[in-house]
Order: sequence, then C-alpha cells, then structure tokens
Amino acid sequence: MSRVHDMGGRFGDGKVQPGSITDKTFKEEWHARALAVTLASGSLRQWNLDMSRHSRECLPPKDYCAFSYYDKWISALANLLVNKGVISADEFLNPILKTHPLSSRKLLAADVAGVLSRGAPTSRSVEDSPKFLVGQRVKTRRADNKFISGGHTRLPKYVERSEGKIEICHGAHVFPDTHAHNLGEQPEHLYTVSFLASELWESPENPGDTLCVDIWESYMEPANVP
Amino acid sequence: MSHDVEKHSHSLLPSDPELKVKALETALVKRGLIDPAALDEIIDTYQNKIGPKNGAKIIAKALLDKNFKKALIDDPMQILEKHGFLGRQGEHVKVVENTPKIHNIVVCTLCSCYPWPLLGIPPTWYKSDEYRSRVVREPRKCLSEFGVTLPKNTKVRVWDSTAEIRYLVLPILPDKYKDFDEEQLIEIISRDAMIGTALIGSSS
Repeated sequence: MSRVHDMGGRFGDGKVQPGSITDKTFKEEWHARALAVTLASGSLRQWNLDMSRHSRECLPPKDYCAFSYYDKWISALANLLVNKGVISADEFLNPILKTHPLSSRKLLAADVAGVLSRGAPTSRSVEDSPKFLVGQRVKTRRADNKFISGGHTRLPKYVERSEGKIEICHGAHVFPDTHAHNLGEQPEHLYTVSFLASELWESPENPGDTLCVDIWESYMEPANVP
Repeated sequence: MSHDVEKHSHSLLPSDPELKVKALETALVKRGLIDPAALDEIIDTYQNKIGPKNGAKIIAKALLDKNFKKALIDDPMQILEKHGFLGRQGEHVKVVENTPKIHNIVVCTLCSCYPWPLLGIPPTWYKSDEYRSRVVREPRKCLSEFGVTLPKNTKVRVWDSTAEIRYLVLPILPDKYKDFDEEQLIEIISRDAMIGTALIGSSS
C-alpha cells in the first residue's frame, strides 16, 4: 500500500532545476491567490493541518503527478470544502450569494498578522515518559496508518522496517495518524532517528551518509540487540 | 475502520488552475467565508515581509558570536521569539551546524515542510518531485546540480522534515569572509546555504 506523495528514494526523476535567486516568491499571481485562499479557509476551523495534508495526498495519482504545486493545493482545498460539508460542489460553478453560518469565523485582514505569527504549535505535555533514550537502537514498523486503511501517516516508505538510532527526543507532539481522521490529537513522543544510507539503499552513494527522520513513538520498537 | 470513500469534487472545477482558484475564491467570497482584503494581506506578508533575510540575520549573529551560536543550537525558540521570528510553519525550529565532517541538507519528502518565518515560502525546486525523491538517496549528485562539491571525507546528513520540527542549516563561514561584519554577512548568507544546497560564497 502506498500513496503517490511518498516519493523519497524513488527512481526516475530528472535533475533538480535550482532556478535563480532572483526568482519571484510567486511565479504567477494565481499561485499567491491559491496560497492565500487555502490559509484563509483554514480559519473556518473545519479541518486541521493533518487533514489538509491528507487531502492533497488523496488526489488521484494521475492528478497528483500532473498538477503543479499550487494546483494540488487548490484542488485538495476544493475537496476538503465539499467533503467537510462547508459548500456544495455546485457552488464552484454557480456561486450563491447567501451568508454562510461559518462566516463569523472569516479571517479579517486586521487579524492576518496575528494569526500568521502565532502559528499552531503541536507540542503537548503528556504523563508518559519517553520509551526510547538518545543512542538507543530502534526498528520502524510498516509505513501504514494503523487506524484507517489508506489513512494519513508521516512514516515514509523508504525508512519502513529499518533500523536506526535515536538522535533527539522532541517531547510529545500531536499524532498525525489520528489527528488527520477526527480521532483526536493522541500526542506521542517524537524523536529524530538517524539511519545509515547503507541500511536504506542497496547501492548508497556513500554508505556513511545518514538520513535523519522525525518519527513518532508508535512507529517503532526497540531493535533486537544481536 | 476503512478510509472514507474518496470524493474528488475538484474534477468539477475548471481545469485551468488560474480559473480554478478564481472559481473557488468567488464561491467562498459570496458566502462570506473569506475576505479578499485578508488574502491581499497574506500575500503581502509572504511576498514582502517574510523571507530568507530573517534566517540570514540569525545565522550571521551565530557566525560572529560563539555564545549566541551555542544558545541558538541549544534553545532556538527563545532566540527566535526575541527576534520576532515565530509563526506558522516555524513553531518548532532546530538549527543544525555544518562542520568539516558533516554537511546538513533539509528536505520534506512527503510534502514541502519548510521554516516559513525564517526563509519565507519555499522555492519551486524545493517542492519539486526531483528534489523530494532524489536528495535522500543521492544527495551528492543533487548537490552537484547546485554546483556544490563537498570534500571527500565530509559526511552528508539529510534531514527529512516529516513532523512539525523545522530545520535550518548553520553553514560554515569560509576563511575569506572572516573579517565581514554582521551586515556584510547577511548579504552573503543565501537561502540555499540555510537549506544545505549551497555553501556560503557558492553561486546559488
């Protein structure tokens, strides 16, 4: 089981095109508009960040691959708005001039600076102490959502069922696998885990290079010590 | 529990993305759900107010002052708060230091996570399939596409931003810039150097 967005390590992509430092922040005006409409709609509080990420991941693979970056955003936003019952798909083409019950939550220009500078921290305090210690060897499980078949997860395929070492304990953070599916925040301890390139790739560029990936506690178990 | 049946209402929108955005914006404005003035304000923020100069200001200080550097690595949030660099997509930041032994590079293979309050909106290449898929498997080859070659015994450490921790690279200051003051340093600390795909003084 996989989704198209989980592309770390994939073969077949061409060269990176670094662009120029003089490139505009938004290449096209509609890119800026797509970003702004997406952020402003978030203020209606009908979904969270994990839900909006999952909505992008759920675009059909042929669309995900064909759409440009902000096209993915705007298409995923359209799906969220309809799937969460905010507006109907008919309104895309035939807009209705009628005040919505959620309009009191509309983001106002005067509140933009405050909303953007506050952000939305995901750290939470939990009673459980971390299960793993810095330096401990761990092994990841399969990169699938345990609660919802095909659901959101932040464990990339390329590090699944792999052994690594705990580098940093970040404290507890909101758990995306539940948070994306209305199953609550269920905060868990989050760690940076390092993996040797030789553990992940059959022919690594340099076996001593490392990948550092942020991994929630329930994505892994202690590695068997030989 | 199985996944909700995936409904793809987006296919009902015009296929031209510019018209798609317009249609969505119009529908939402008519229902009183978004305010066009707020959209302008968001765009102005990321176009004109928040960008890589923020990150460069912090990194320049760290390159000049060992105590500041230690504090930035140990407890970045306190420093970022003091400088007014907190915000969306920068709620939890970690600074990773390049040394002659380790070169750090940042990516988000699953989407495009990036430290917005410090670097602004990510460049197109950072969000591209090419970068996201390849930099974890062949970082040196990707670096060569940016014109960067690392010393042979430098190890690469790629940070995949899979959670809400955002990573900022503290690059090495080459000897030839050792006499630069803070203002001069800010000018030469590029966005890409703070992502790890450039060195200070390299072309990009």
